[in-house]
Amino acid sequence: MTGYPDRHPSPPEEPPRAPNARPRPGPALSTAAHGPARSSRDRRTGTPPARASWWSGVLVGVGVAAFVDETVFHQLLHWHHFYDRSTPEAGLVSDGVFHAVGWFAVVAGLFWFAALRRRAELVTARWVGGLLVGTGAFQLYDGTVQHKLLGLHQIRYDVALLPYDLTWNLVAVALLVAGVLVARRDRRPAPAGPGS
Amino acid sequence: MDGHAGHGPDPTTLLVLLVAVPAVVGYLVAVRGEAGRRSWPPGRTACWLAGVAAVVAGTTGPLAAAAHTDFRAHAVAHVLVGMLGPLLLVLGAPVTLALRALPVAGARRLSGVLRSRPLRLLTEPAVAVVLDLGGLWLLYRTPLLGWTHTAPAVHLAVHLHLVLAGYLLAAVLVGRDPLPHRRSHRHRAVALVVALAAHGILAKTLWAEPPAAVDAATAQAGAVVMYYAGDVVEVAMAVLLCRRWFAGPGARPRVRAAALPTG
Repeated sequence: MTGYPDRHPSPPEEPPRAPNARPRPGPALSTAAHGPARSSRDRRTGTPPARASWWSGVLVGVGVAAFVDETVFHQLLHWHHFYDRSTPEAGLVSDGVFHAVGWFAVVAGLFWFAALRRRAELVTARWVGGLLVGTGAFQLYDGTVQHKLLGLHQIRYDVALLPYDLTWNLVAVALLVAGVLVARRDRRPAPAGPGS
Repeated sequence: MDGHAGHGPDPTTLLVLLVAVPAVVGYLVAVRGEAGRRSWPPGRTACWLAGVAAVVAGTTGPLAAAAHTDFRAHAVAHVLVGMLGPLLLVLGAPVTLALRALPVAGARRLSGVLRSRPLRLLTEPAVAVVLDLGGLWLLYRTPLLGWTHTAPAVHLAVHLHLVLAGYLLAAVLVGRDPLPHRRSHRHRAVALVVALAAHGILAKTLWAEPPAAVDAATAQAGAVVMYYAGDVVEVAMAVLLCRRWFAGPGARPRVRAAALPTG
């Protein structure tokens, strides 16, 4: 793990003084103004555009699913409770982690999307496929593992649950299948041409 | 914010102002000193002033008074002092400004501190997360919260810890200041998610089990404030982190190559 100059590094900000002891390989101060985040970009451009587009879509999808769950079912419909007290700790932790992951995923996925577009590397079919799969995967996880296995809140209270559970998880599976089908429409030859 | 009359404001207010006023004045003096040489981005000054204002608003005046008796006010103060304020202070890039403004010897000392072993340990994301979130769990899950209302010293120490730990966490995860041994973006992204997950979980347990001596309805309202404010701060921090992570070839740091001193 080496740090790298992801921000304007300190040298330009500092009066001349002791040598900068940033523990990283590579050039020292003279190249202080090269583009930021070079090493991460190198790592990222190592990802083929199709795969990068796919994962960027997945990230946004996970975030969207988490967001829809939160706003539509918690806040607008009030179907789920904020927290219903019957939830065991494992469910609470899982829910907390995925809530945080969802927010971060949508931000990171959108930034990644923008970076791909800027470099004209976006493969739209892959991105949309990833979006659908990410949404479906999160919903399926929520509907099976969190709701049923970990005993997190139910979808709805004081009603027969089966139709809700079935609908919830079938929609999730449909999203997954649709995502895979959409992604497979990207039938371009291996050397990736311009996306979108 | 009344004058220093004989009976004057309470000691907490005085102490807060004793820190806040120099923080503002010192920063502005340093920025003025920069004016002749390189311009200091006004956005940073605005962030610093807003950060100081947030911390002062959360620790003094009507909100702080209400926070002693009303957990909802306490939750708002908590967000201002422990999350929003520190994040804004970090965006003010005070260390960068200090390095520029100080005479060479002082700047050298400061950069020596930045590179020192203790600071290396302290700025490890895992350590920063444990200090910040661990402090919160202690505050709300032990009798500590009750003591803050009876013992002014405890109250002050808790607030100090909130600000410092919040600042540390924000500086380590999304700071603009030079930080030797800064971890990779991926590493910091994981730390951010863990921190905010812990924050959300804590808020939900507060909703279910109010801290000592807080009635259920008030505790629930306060917990909801905490929970959603946590989301807002998380999104802001995620944006700050990803903006540089995914910066493309067109993105450049604000420092132009031409402005670099040589040597």
